[in-house]
Amino acid sequence: MSDLQAFRQETRDWLEQNCPASMRLPTAGDDSCWGGRNFKFASEDQKLWMERMAAKGWTAPDWPTEYGGGGLDKGQHKVLKEELASINARSPLDSFGIWMIGPALLKFGSEALKQQHLPPIVRGEIRWCQGYSEPGAGSDLAGLQSKGEDMGDHFIANGQKVWTSYGDKADWMFCLLRTDTEAKKQMGISLVLFDMETPGVTPKPIKLISGSSPFCETFLDDVRVEKDQVVGEVNHGWTIAKYLLTHEREMIGGMGAAVVGGESLSQHASQVMGLEQGRMNNPILRAEVATWEMDAACFGLTAERVTDEVKSGQGVGATSAMLKYYGTELNKRRFETLLKINGSDGIVWDGEASNGGWLPRTWLRTKGNSIEGGTSEVQLNVIAKNILGLG
Amino acid sequence: MALVLNEEQQMLKESAQGFLAEFAPVAELRKQRDAGSQTGYGDKLWAQMANMGWAAILVPEAYGGLEFGHVGMGQIVEQSGRTLTASPLFATAVLGVTAINLAGNEEQKTALLGAIAGGEITTALAVDEKIHHAPSRISMTAVKQNGGYVLNGAKRFVADGSTADKLIVAARTAGEAGDTKGISLFVVDRGAVGVEVERTEMADTRNYANITFSNVEVAETALLGEEGKGFKALSGTLDAGNVYLAAEMLGICQESFDRTLQYLKERKQFGVLIGSFQALQHRAADWWSQVELCKSVVLKALQAMDEGDVKAPALASVAKAKLCQVTELSTNEAVQMHAGIGMTDEYEIGFFMKRARPAQIMFGDNSYHTDRFALLSRY
Repeated sequence: MSDLQAFRQETRDWLEQNCPASMRLPTAGDDSCWGGRNFKFASEDQKLWMERMAAKGWTAPDWPTEYGGGGLDKGQHKVLKEELASINARSPLDSFGIWMIGPALLKFGSEALKQQHLPPIVRGEIRWCQGYSEPGAGSDLAGLQSKGEDMGDHFIANGQKVWTSYGDKADWMFCLLRTDTEAKKQMGISLVLFDMETPGVTPKPIKLISGSSPFCETFLDDVRVEKDQVVGEVNHGWTIAKYLLTHEREMIGGMGAAVVGGESLSQHASQVMGLEQGRMNNPILRAEVATWEMDAACFGLTAERVTDEVKSGQGVGATSAMLKYYGTELNKRRFETLLKINGSDGIVWDGEASNGGWLPRTWLRTKGNSIEGGTSEVQLNVIAKNILGLG
Repeated sequence: MALVLNEEQQMLKESAQGFLAEFAPVAELRKQRDAGSQTGYGDKLWAQMANMGWAAILVPEAYGGLEFGHVGMGQIVEQSGRTLTASPLFATAVLGVTAINLAGNEEQKTALLGAIAGGEITTALAVDEKIHHAPSRISMTAVKQNGGYVLNGAKRFVADGSTADKLIVAARTAGEAGDTKGISLFVVDRGAVGVEVERTEMADTRNYANITFSNVEVAETALLGEEGKGFKALSGTLDAGNVYLAAEMLGICQESFDRTLQYLKERKQFGVLIGSFQALQHRAADWWSQVELCKSVVLKALQAMDEGDVKAPALASVAKAKLCQVTELSTNEAVQMHAGIGMTDEYEIGFFMKRARPAQIMFGDNSYHTDRFALLSRY
């Protein structure tokens, strides 16, 4: 037996023993485990599942073990994902720490910052949020105006951030501040970390068209930020910010081919619409579903090919903009189709039968996919300029 | 298997690119067209290809072939899309080899595959009878008589039908149009008594034919595979055909895109390069993204055939449907962005559109394969 086969067997056995049965059921979409100081677990099983996975480092499977990660290589990581998928295991921990600031710290952070911040992320103890956009700096992110004034051993931050995901629930923020107002706009920005309980930090939820409030605007009034909490060099945060944006694009773009409630789009559509002589009723919708599923298959294969090309050293590495652009447009299309399939049931806003209006609310939420992390139009600009060389 | 080419496949791709650019560029297509060529390609081209072993790539080693696999062959066909090269490669080295390999007995494989690998004979696959692809709706008949068969019926849109030495013909020995049972494959000499071939001129100036069979008598040995059970091999051959048409269209998409991108960087209006206009930048960027999806699905469909993956038929339909969409987009955008000059015969960009549509239509267009994908996915 190869090492990888042995690893697969061990993993399978361990998951069988340790993944609670209720954590193998489809989620309703709003019962993710986010961890953090104030998180209320939906069940004892959810807590147990997160803690067991965290103890093995498998909440961050490919991070080094010295920072609490799983230390898995690419092959093992793939096996773990496959084994988790095969039992329909829920994600043990959703985390901007794992997805975003963690990878940035691994690449750009000092040893002290890694030691301080990475293990609590793996254990689900600290929940992070992102302080990037501002009222006047959306697509033009480098135009941000929140200032960090140099006070010797610390900065004093003042300004306003917006679209802070779960800012009212997070424990720490990674935040872009202008620390040199004289320099060219990309050159005077620093990436800093601070506790959301620091005096002067005030997150206020924003109510969205979906009725929910996953984002906040966050006011910074004379907030003290320690100098040892600057990631990388002072005034050179833009490079790291761009790296993180790439990560974010990949994360958002990856949603394209997702399955909802353990059902594919066509399975769901067939069940709702019914089949007649082997074909789904309503030929127009059937074609829409099939076209979507074929596009989703092509998109999934493209994500796979890009990964394989990078692994074999052939990658151009500039494709995250394309994956973000196409993946988010695909996800929006999926929900438009789901809405059509479900007819008047699909727009029921509240009540138990509609699972609290899950479909129309999620459909509305997807409209943000092609805005957050850089709009589709910005992605097309990036492709045109960086890949196609159009000035 | 990783979705990348290995070193040997990469080398074959590069050598095909070099060869086709030198001996069969788009200018050659114009030359053949203007000379009223019956084949659509130059006299020596096929011999050169066969000398390089291209006719033998899909033929198993046991029958004198190279057994190099679909991913490798796909690279050549993709490159031939960039140069719009006509040749017997598709009808003979892909369709002929696949049909004989899937359906033929030892004797037929030994005789026919060896001759194809050596570049000695060419073949054509005769399937469709109506203007739309419908392989189960074959009504041409083959009636058993005097220890052989008598064929009656008409085929249309047969690629290389007017030049091929051997025709591989799908006819009905039982059942009626719509049944997948009762279809049989036959190998018929193009010159046999009662075979009437009419060359049809199409938008891409390639060699197609409408073929009428009137009381054509063939021996029992002409039957390829078991009587009445030909549909499976026919399906497999059509899947391969569709994947290779997708590969060719991938070449068409990339070449149309590359030429247009170059034009956006050269053409000036209002005193600036037209590539500086965001209206065109966004369209180019979306187009490029679509072509990236195409690269992935074509490679996957080729790999699936090499691996005998059970998903190969569905992937063939996904590849064909997606490439039909994006090839339509690519050739239309190419002409639109070239604008006036793109409408002229003197400029080559329009040739890509004229080759694209026949490739889209052959063996089922986007709508056919979208429907087939849904059926294979049970909805």
